[in-house]
Amino acid sequence: MALKSNAPDGDIQTAWTRHKFHNLKLVNPANRRKFKIIIVGSGLAGSSAAASLGEMGYNVDCFCVQDSPRRAHSIAAQGGINSSKNYPNDGDSVYRLFYDTVKGGDYRSRERNVYRLAEVSANIIDQCVAQGVPFAREYSGYLANRSFGGAQVSRTFYAKGQTGQQLLLGAYSALSRQIKAGTVTMHTRSEMLDLVKVDGTARGIITRDLKTGKVSRHAGDAVLLCTGGYGNVFYLSTNAMNSNATAAWRCHKKGAFFANPCYTQIHPTCIPVSGDHQSKLTLMSESLRNDGRVWVPKKKGDNRKAREIPENERFYYLEEKYPAFGNLVPRDVASRNAKNAYDDGLGVNGKEQVYLDFADAIKREGEDAIRAKYGNLFDMYQRITGESPYEMPMRIYPAVHYTMGGLWVDYNLQSTIPGLFVLGEANFSDHGANRLGASALMQGLADGYFVAPYTVSGYLGSTTLDKVTTDHPAFQEAEKDVDDKNTKLLSVNGKKSVDDFHRKLGKLMWNHCGMARNEEGLKKLITELAALREDFWKNVAVVGAKEDLNVTLEKAGRVADFIELGELMARDALNRKESCGGHFREESVDTGEFAGEAMRNDEDFAYVSAWEFQGVGNDQTLHKEELEFEHCKPTKRSYK
Amino acid sequence: MSTLNLTLKIWRQRSAKEKGSLETHKMDNVSTDMSFLEMLDILNDKLEREGKEPVIFDHDCREGICGMCSLFINGKPHGPERATTTCQLHMRSFKDGETITIEPWRSSAFPVVRDLMVDRSAFDRIIQAGGYTSAKTGSAPEANIIPVPKENADLAMDAATCIGCGACVASCKNASASLFTSAKVSHLALLPQGQVERTERAINMVNQMDEEGFGHCTNEGECEAACPKEITVENIARMNREFIKASAVSRG
Repeated sequence: MALKSNAPDGDIQTAWTRHKFHNLKLVNPANRRKFKIIIVGSGLAGSSAAASLGEMGYNVDCFCVQDSPRRAHSIAAQGGINSSKNYPNDGDSVYRLFYDTVKGGDYRSRERNVYRLAEVSANIIDQCVAQGVPFAREYSGYLANRSFGGAQVSRTFYAKGQTGQQLLLGAYSALSRQIKAGTVTMHTRSEMLDLVKVDGTARGIITRDLKTGKVSRHAGDAVLLCTGGYGNVFYLSTNAMNSNATAAWRCHKKGAFFANPCYTQIHPTCIPVSGDHQSKLTLMSESLRNDGRVWVPKKKGDNRKAREIPENERFYYLEEKYPAFGNLVPRDVASRNAKNAYDDGLGVNGKEQVYLDFADAIKREGEDAIRAKYGNLFDMYQRITGESPYEMPMRIYPAVHYTMGGLWVDYNLQSTIPGLFVLGEANFSDHGANRLGASALMQGLADGYFVAPYTVSGYLGSTTLDKVTTDHPAFQEAEKDVDDKNTKLLSVNGKKSVDDFHRKLGKLMWNHCGMARNEEGLKKLITELAALREDFWKNVAVVGAKEDLNVTLEKAGRVADFIELGELMARDALNRKESCGGHFREESVDTGEFAGEAMRNDEDFAYVSAWEFQGVGNDQTLHKEELEFEHCKPTKRSYK
Repeated sequence: MSTLNLTLKIWRQRSAKEKGSLETHKMDNVSTDMSFLEMLDILNDKLEREGKEPVIFDHDCREGICGMCSLFINGKPHGPERATTTCQLHMRSFKDGETITIEPWRSSAFPVVRDLMVDRSAFDRIIQAGGYTSAKTGSAPEANIIPVPKENADLAMDAATCIGCGACVASCKNASASLFTSAKVSHLALLPQGQVERTERAINMVNQMDEEGFGHCTNEGECEAACPKEITVENIARMNREFIKASAVSRG
């Protein structure tokens, strides 16, 4: 199957405008209420899409696993949201944001999608301000900006260290207005467990009510998947405990191609693991690298306290190796260098950790100024570690944070299943092999507010859909599959807990498919994951009943899917014999001018890997979408 | 790192209709570096291995921002530390040999779903009553067209920091939702974008709060002390002013 991006040809700067006019049909306002749109997830992408499509007059059903749509994990994003407003007059433009994002993604994203993202980024800020999002402001009353990694301009808008929270609450307020108006029906504590296809087209979903265990069917004319990423494959990540890949994975099993699963982002600044009890990792915002300096002791085994190590015995490795970007190199570069420092035996106190030091910034600007910028982050760090970053440097280490891969979508955000659209982190489209900081919020809201309302309308306006009710055999069959799977999980009656398997999966993935990957490790990983999967279905212990509130059953279903997804990630990583962005293959390293740095291979790998499911445990079929770079010519991605 | 031996008394309740009771569990060698919820994870892991049903509690981000976690710990919402959610509470805040009592939020407007999990959908309905500006997607003007004095923007941000966890209700002897509701009323009343609907918003949100069965505010200030995000009772005073002004000018 040839993958068609359906992106318009011709001038990139007018592509989206032309596409909207020439290629996307409209649905007249009186007809919109005849369509039912199912939206799964209520984060930035889901809430903004539900609110916008509801306002337009569509009938929307929105589902989330939490007790309120306001709790989706977008809420935890700290640092900010990028936009090409150029308020600081420092040379930003739509074109520069586009260019930085393609380059930041290590030339593995689709140019036209990224251009559109940069183009609508300005509308997002306008929309959020109109909703009452309390962005940081200057004394003049105008909006403030700060810098993020991978950019030499200040284009990041922020609300303290809680930007995701404020943007999500903005989208949630717009969603709440539509719930009140009756255009959106909200289903909380509901988990999507399968997609229903009728005649090859997405026509509904099967959900489980997490309070009662009741399984139910929902029919619609289009399904929008806004379910976030799959970082929890690694067990320990900055994702929320309930973040999972089940909805996306079950769509994949129903025929939606999964693109670039091996592209995972390891965030350089997280609080290090403190023990085996650890359930998740906490991020310290990238914005801290505006003022914090990263260093390790120059001498191996130097166990002196940070403040006792004199300046000339410290290795500020980012500043020394990358003078142009310094501490603000992109995330993949910063993470890999932290790993290198640790691998060379320079980790602080011999552990997997490096310093992020604010002493100079405090000396320069005063403690109050630093507190005003980062106070809530410093407090959070102190609550978790018991140490004050005002007095000693933070200890940080990389952790899994974001997944650039996801379900394959075309320019309209439609998957390979007609009628199934995928928005936000759940799709693969905009960040290539590495996402720049403050771009996830931008993409989630771009997709939900400004892209899906047009493209979903375009689909509904140009497709003839037969009336389908939940009595259709396809619904019965899908419901039975869900029920069978839950029965099976409950009947294993093994001795190992679900978390035992999840922890083991996480360790295997982190060791062999984490910050560095190689052929031997990946092959071993594939074998071990197959064994883990078999062990799971023989020995997992799932207590409780099917038709009841049952958190163990919920977790078990998700972990079973994570194991299968892990296998695909490993196969994708094995196939991609180059280093790009978050995917670092030890066999593909520069030996010339940039010795030791990741080496891309544009000749053989300038494509999107889109995998077609062929049954559990089997090799999947690889389809390639060749990437063309008309505007951003792939060059060595140097931040020196 | 050191370890603690603890006795937990945990509220177990099948549903809002059934009676609940406290159940005792011994926990040994609890690391002081562990978070409170990680300690409960270990208990649940043990229960599951014994074929017993785990203790049900809400949690998600474990970074203190989603507002999903709750728990009334030793008589205090989110436990003993100030400005700290349960998920950010660490075991170093407890002493060896201590008995810890863990209960759900108690308010008739927050019925128990199971054990420590409660239904807080009343909060969503209060927001639906008016906690927004009616800015349709696509209708927004250029963001910098209306400057907002930094002081107002900062005050709005302080109010908007509310995570909707419900600790304010749980701490209040009247189970009042005034702190939660006033945080949203204040946030929007302080910004120029919130002015057009200011009158209706105050009236509709306050009315919805009453309809949900929350009690009245009698200025005890327990909510401010319990709030993990340090939302101040100043917001309640502002909401009351907004409500009185609105009642005088409303055409409804």
